[in-house]
Amino acid sequence: MSDHSSEAHSHGSVKSYIVGFIWSVILTGIPFWMVMTEAFDKGPTYITIIVLAVIQIFVHLKYFLHLNFSEQGKLDTYSFIFSAVIIVMVVALSVWIIYASNAMMM
Amino acid sequence: MSTTHMNTHDAHEAGAHHDEHHDTGGNTVFGFWLYLMTDCLLFASVFATYAVLFMNTAGGVSGKDIFELDFVLAETAALLVSSITYGFALICAFRKNKKGTLSWLAVTFLLGAIFIAMEIYEFHHLIVNGHGPQASAFLSAFFTLVGTHGLHVTAGLIWMFIMMIEVTKTGLTGRAVTRLSCLSLFWHFLDVVWICVFTVVYLMGAI
Repeated sequence: MSDHSSEAHSHGSVKSYIVGFIWSVILTGIPFWMVMTEAFDKGPTYITIIVLAVIQIFVHLKYFLHLNFSEQGKLDTYSFIFSAVIIVMVVALSVWIIYASNAMMM
Repeated sequence: MSTTHMNTHDAHEAGAHHDEHHDTGGNTVFGFWLYLMTDCLLFASVFATYAVLFMNTAGGVSGKDIFELDFVLAETAALLVSSITYGFALICAFRKNKKGTLSWLAVTFLLGAIFIAMEIYEFHHLIVNGHGPQASAFLSAFFTLVGTHGLHVTAGLIWMFIMMIEVTKTGLTGRAVTRLSCLSLFWHFLDVVWICVFTVVYLMGAI
């Protein structure tokens, strides 16, 4: 019962940090390589770097910020999900509104 | 951390004390996490501003003209490695390994300082070439977004420096470990924000 602590909350092992780090290096390397070498067309490059960034965010949340659905960790996760919903609304809807009004004034 | 080795009376007393102490630490870390969630909203607003303004270059330079990706890649590498070294510092702190904690904190501090130095160099380089924040809406948004992240990293560095002094002077007390846990969240959170910055600003700007 004494494991409901900051220790259980934010504790990772050396191994989990290394796994997370290796994933991050791969997920950072590929998009930089794609853009710097211009190996692909613009469309697929845009989509790939966005997808890889989203995956990398989840890797960081899991391995570095230790978000999980355990009894002691789920409040953190739920508050993050709530913020993520708000963020999607703020960013996506702002961009949508501004671009739509921009198009109407053309 | 178990109380099973103690006799019932001691276990009760120590357990009660122990829980009280740890719950406070856990609450502090959770409270700090909630602060970080509000910080997310700050960054989201700045990102939205950037997304709206980045095409308005006022006839001046665009991202493609000014971004040097190998430079950004080096910045990213410094920040990414600093994330794992901070993880090692925190693991040492939980194991009450004072020397290990201080060494890893020093490495993390150095990597963070390299990141900030490179960012200051980049900003200085842009400003002396006439691409300061006043030149166009794009550059205003760029300096605001990247600068907000840079200020956070600077605050993290100051915090880390203070923690190094605290750990040197009073050792790895429960309070110090709680503070290091909060700084861990802060540091890794800034790394997540940087993923968004290098993807949205630098990579998408340079395509």
